[in-house]
Amino acid sequence: MTSYLDDGLTIRSWLTTTDHKRIAILYAIAITAFFFIGGAAATIIRMELATPAGDLVSHDAYNKLFTAHGVIMVWLFLIPSIPSVLGNFLLPLMLGAKDLAFPRLNLLSWYLYLAGGLVTLEALLLGGVDTGWTFYTPYSTMFSNTYVVLTLVGVFITGFSSILTGLNFIVTLHTLRPPAMGWFKLPLFAWGMYATSLILVLATPVLAITTLLLIAERLFQIGIFDPAYGGDPLLFQHLFWFYSHPAVYVMILPAMGVVSEIIPCFARRPVYGYRSMAYAILTIASVGFLVWGHHMFVSGQSLAASMTFSLLSFIVAIPSAIKVFNWTATLYKGSIRFDAPMLYALGFVGLFTIGGLTGLFLASLALDVHLTDTYFVIAHFHYIMVGGAVMAYFAGLHFWWPKATGRMYSEVWARIAAVLVFVGFNLTFFPQFILGVEGMPRRYHAYPPQFQVLNLLSSAGAGVLAVGYLLPLVYFAWSMRHGASAGPNPFGAKGLEWQTRSPPPTGNFDHPPVVPDIVYDYAPDEPAPAPEPAP
Amino acid sequence: MAADTDAALSSGFHLLAAAASRQADRTDSIFLAMVGLCGTVAAILCVVIIFFAVRYRRGSRVDRTPPRELRSIEIAWTVSPLLIFLAVFGWAARDFITLADPPADALPVTVVAKQWMWKLQQRNGRREINELHVPQGEPVVLTMTSQDAIHSFFVPAFRLKQDVVPGRYTRLWFTATQVGEFPLFCSEYCGSDHSQMTGRVVVMTPADYARWLASGPAQPSMAQYGFALFRQLGCSGCHDARSTIHAPLLDGLYGRTVHLQDGRSVVADANYLRDSILLPAKDIVAGFAPVMPSFAGQVSEEDLQALIAYIQSTSQRDAP
Repeated sequence: MTSYLDDGLTIRSWLTTTDHKRIAILYAIAITAFFFIGGAAATIIRMELATPAGDLVSHDAYNKLFTAHGVIMVWLFLIPSIPSVLGNFLLPLMLGAKDLAFPRLNLLSWYLYLAGGLVTLEALLLGGVDTGWTFYTPYSTMFSNTYVVLTLVGVFITGFSSILTGLNFIVTLHTLRPPAMGWFKLPLFAWGMYATSLILVLATPVLAITTLLLIAERLFQIGIFDPAYGGDPLLFQHLFWFYSHPAVYVMILPAMGVVSEIIPCFARRPVYGYRSMAYAILTIASVGFLVWGHHMFVSGQSLAASMTFSLLSFIVAIPSAIKVFNWTATLYKGSIRFDAPMLYALGFVGLFTIGGLTGLFLASLALDVHLTDTYFVIAHFHYIMVGGAVMAYFAGLHFWWPKATGRMYSEVWARIAAVLVFVGFNLTFFPQFILGVEGMPRRYHAYPPQFQVLNLLSSAGAGVLAVGYLLPLVYFAWSMRHGASAGPNPFGAKGLEWQTRSPPPTGNFDHPPVVPDIVYDYAPDEPAPAPEPAP
Repeated sequence: MAADTDAALSSGFHLLAAAASRQADRTDSIFLAMVGLCGTVAAILCVVIIFFAVRYRRGSRVDRTPPRELRSIEIAWTVSPLLIFLAVFGWAARDFITLADPPADALPVTVVAKQWMWKLQQRNGRREINELHVPQGEPVVLTMTSQDAIHSFFVPAFRLKQDVVPGRYTRLWFTATQVGEFPLFCSEYCGSDHSQMTGRVVVMTPADYARWLASGPAQPSMAQYGFALFRQLGCSGCHDARSTIHAPLLDGLYGRTVHLQDGRSVVADANYLRDSILLPAKDIVAGFAPVMPSFAGQVSEEDLQALIAYIQSTSQRDAP
């Protein structure tokens, strides 16, 4: 019985594969590499900030480090992470399909991603870029003497990978659902992928246009954003955030999807309020397009614009709140087991809640005037992106690792890593809320000494966090050789992906899977699944 | 007297040791309310999740009869946050509206930001770098622009910041309530020495401020210097009652509504005057030919602000 992993063992067979599962593995490898490169930049940043003086690296090196950290983590890790790795692997399996709608386009997406990533990396190796990941004009077009254009070319290329993946998922969900699986029988992970794909397809072209306009101004002095040539710098901010705010939902909607798979499985209860969960995803995706101006309350945009964006930002928080309440209610009268995926998922709920609530502080106009562009913002979005999206990515990796490899990892080590990540994360980022409230601006290479204690705490936390992130590398690698055999469904989960072998065969299913009458058909009293394999 | 004020202000809750503007107290109130509200929500959720996790852990002997999904609960936890959010929105927006509307009698100070310093000028012509002296208890309005990248004028003790954007004026106004020195930061990333683009705001008693203002080197006020420029650059050749060229008169223009050739009406504020000098074709006044040349590249940001200060001063002179 060969699996997709055995079906061709040469490197060539991997690099020319059109199997969505193999492409997911290719993505996983590339994304992991970028995650640790971006993480290395963060590590140096936290080391520099351990002391008030800017003495570890030069100011220009520091500026390039935080730019590299942002660019790599946003475009080369967070945006593709869950969709391109887990989504690619799981979407056809969850639908009982053989592959995505366009398997070759899928491979092209990976090559585009890799090309964009390598161009970006090339810009870093040549000397880096110092504009911040936000590329605000006119600094990026007139005053930066770094590799702005090359980095933007990398981002531009990567964007096409996003667009094609989004397109592929949308078509897959419309055309490859089995007849018995109506829209409201889709797993919420698939709903998350659908909403994310809509955003990718609609918003990424705006990023592409914006990068081209920026390149045109930088190279040919065409006045678009720079007032010295008759342009408008706020136009850039509007265009940039029109993409980059929805991009946050590209990171968080898939994460919500992952958590919505894991919590019901380990609580043995159907997800509470399935329909409102699905509608909440769609509401976030659509209203999420109308809140970009909340990044610009002190930019000089009009009062009417700020008022509108503030109000809409409060409104977009409602569906997120509904989701948190529903996850919590799913635990009620469950039969809860605390395997590593569940620990990450529960960690997600807590950290995402804090990230969301602090977002309300920033949506409050007069309060934002004080907090914006300080470490409060840094802490807030790391609670969403790292506490939210990365926690969920790790939850998903642990949940579907047995499915992808056919092996179990060490449960003990996985739990230790989950706890380390949770503790390390909070120690790193909670002090940054206080730093922001006290007025420490972001992107500061050196800072006044009164901010040192909190910065030191944050740097110490980053060390714990780094260990938590490195551990899975070890025990996942170990499990590939020595892990116990997982069997088709070690967690007793209900999705279609668990009805096939682990690892699945190339065509995904030996026998057509049976679509259950209700999605998340869990019951707390049914016989427990196979006992946890010994670590 | 200062000590009394300080003591009065230090009572009650504050985010920071220093809360030195009227807005600081208001912002701190919103912050405190948000911490209370969000802290309560987070704490309740945390307790509920932990309670469920312990009580319904696998193997515990509890009743697990499937609960019914209640529409009413879902409606309740949708509508109640919505109402609370609307209230918070309104509260924070009300203060924000105040911040957008400086009082007419506010003391004007002009700010030019550049990589990596703050250049400030008081109305009487006294210049400062990386330091701003202001009187306690009087509203002050900063009219700010940048010579290069975007910067942001941030005074944590005032709970205020405003981006400083090239090519236009942005305004920030405040009333300092506490005598002392407060850090000033640039909070919009602007290149190599962004983190060194710091300074301080010195709040003085009105008497001390008046002394400080008078003690600088003798120099023309901004309006006087602007008037000299007005003649030197040849503005007066056209914009003068005796001129033979048909150009709008500028006396008393500031703050008035101007009707434009294309049917629009605009209020002649600092941004309008700035654009009219640098981009004269942008807003043609109704009834005039677009004959004015652009002065872009010929006047520095400081000179531009002086010219505007002069035009502004003609309104104040004419006022009853």
